[in-house]
Amino acid sequence: MTADPLGVLTGVHFIDGDHAACEGALAAGCRFVAGYPITPSTEIVERFASRIPLVGGVFIQMEDELAASIAVQGAIWGGQKSMTVTSGPGLSLMMEHIGLAAFTEVPLVIIDVQRGGPSTGLPTLPAQADMMQVKWGSHGDYEIIALCPSSPQECFDLTVRAFNLAEQWRTPVFVMMDEVVGHMTERVQIPAPEAIEVVERRWTGLKPGDYRPFQPAEDLVPDMVRVGDGYRIHVTGLTHDERGYPAMNPAAQDKLVRRLATKIRDAGDALVDVREEACEDADVIVVSYGITSRVAQAAVEQARAQGVRVGHARLVIAWPFPSQRMAELAARTKAFVVPELNLGQMSREVERAVAGRVPVRLIDHAGGTVHEPDRILAGILEAAR
Amino acid sequence: MSKTEIRIGGLGGQGVILSGMILGRAASIHDGRHATLIQAFGPEARGSACSAQVTVSDVPIGYPYVRQPGILIVMSRDAYTQFVPQIHPEGILLYEQDLVQPENLPAGVRAFGIPATRMAEQLGRRLVLNIIMVGFCTGVTQVVSEASARQAVIDSVPRGTQKLNLDAFQAGFEFGRNLVVAPSPVAP
Repeated sequence: MTADPLGVLTGVHFIDGDHAACEGALAAGCRFVAGYPITPSTEIVERFASRIPLVGGVFIQMEDELAASIAVQGAIWGGQKSMTVTSGPGLSLMMEHIGLAAFTEVPLVIIDVQRGGPSTGLPTLPAQADMMQVKWGSHGDYEIIALCPSSPQECFDLTVRAFNLAEQWRTPVFVMMDEVVGHMTERVQIPAPEAIEVVERRWTGLKPGDYRPFQPAEDLVPDMVRVGDGYRIHVTGLTHDERGYPAMNPAAQDKLVRRLATKIRDAGDALVDVREEACEDADVIVVSYGITSRVAQAAVEQARAQGVRVGHARLVIAWPFPSQRMAELAARTKAFVVPELNLGQMSREVERAVAGRVPVRLIDHAGGTVHEPDRILAGILEAAR
Repeated sequence: MSKTEIRIGGLGGQGVILSGMILGRAASIHDGRHATLIQAFGPEARGSACSAQVTVSDVPIGYPYVRQPGILIVMSRDAYTQFVPQIHPEGILLYEQDLVQPENLPAGVRAFGIPATRMAEQLGRRLVLNIIMVGFCTGVTQVVSEASARQAVIDSVPRGTQKLNLDAFQAGFEFGRNLVVAPSPVAP
């Protein structure tokens, strides 16, 4: 189906990434946000709070991030598309409820506008250091999806997509922005509502009595109901069976945890989005994501001007990590260069996928600003030797 | 392939960010080029230092920050002191002449002053200082087209103030155009 025209601000705008992400959520059908505003994500909820009375929906400023991250899950079980919005310190506080969302298969969207950390860190300056936290931050085995916009336009596009993926796969989906992308203002084109594809909730076709809330469909994802529509449902953070009732034994644990991991890990190309440029015959491939992609592109072009055959692979979907694609690229290149605004996070995933076949050179950065393109260029030139 | 880096500096409350918005909007929406605006994001408040960075380009913009502005617009002495060391050796300096006295400028830099605060007061609202500077920048540098800048002003100011703001734009634009006839934009 396509977007509800009420939420779509069709036209060409000059807005920042935070505002664009808010418009993406509205276009995707998000009608409930609970948040505890935090720099550099505040503008997203500010805009949502001012826009939602015109569209029809609710914004609640909660008492803290724990409350925000559970209120949105209540709204989702109540039938709404919902999200919460935060930055590193808030994300840390949300971890318990992110685990609950993964385990109870709540189609939850979380926007993380990354800033320098750890702890309070650099509230107004960028980093990309929450990449491992969103994957591994809550305890237990589970899989999430993470998207990495590199421009305000992509903040809009990928927030729409995050809602669609959340509904399709019923797992928490993260939009991994950063302070620069969030506060950078550029042209953003919002299409007409009929041109925006929106994935509706997987409403069950079964009648009350026949429906079991955690009975998976063929793609391993169960269908949903709306609380209050007459279906008997039970949702618990304990290990549960298809009826949703606690089933605390090794067999039920194996069945459930394995299904939650497998539905994402085995999704194949549906959850791979690597934008490749000139990787086919490259001696060096730069792997980047988010704001760093734009800085890296400047370095890639400088390296080409010096005669180096360099490709650029940009991760639009960072999680699940495209291990197979990286392994394929490793078979035909001599080295990888991975610039990121942290001291080595996704570069380790590249190393894992490449499994020692070619060297992986991390161009790290502790955060607070973006790389100087010259540093990435130097890394490319050294790797090409 | 042309790319121009613009730095706008002044005090919080002078409309520094809005002037960056107008230039960016004019370039990216109405001129059909690419523009990226970055605001200095910190504990800025009314009366303290404030700055905006705008990159305008014919091709998509990668590195988002301004490093060596080809156009530097300053509305306060502090902004002049802070940013003039970054200016491109052949850049253009646009300054509020009652607030800034340029000194020690690199030889290749062309400097153009305007009594924008007094002009704003003559128009009846000191607040339109920033719009006068946008008009001045358009008139001197042509980094955005006059028609696009004018439309971006209309898009960007509160309803009911369009005429005042367009008058301010026009005053700055004509002042600038009279100082210089069609210089080629600087491409750092």
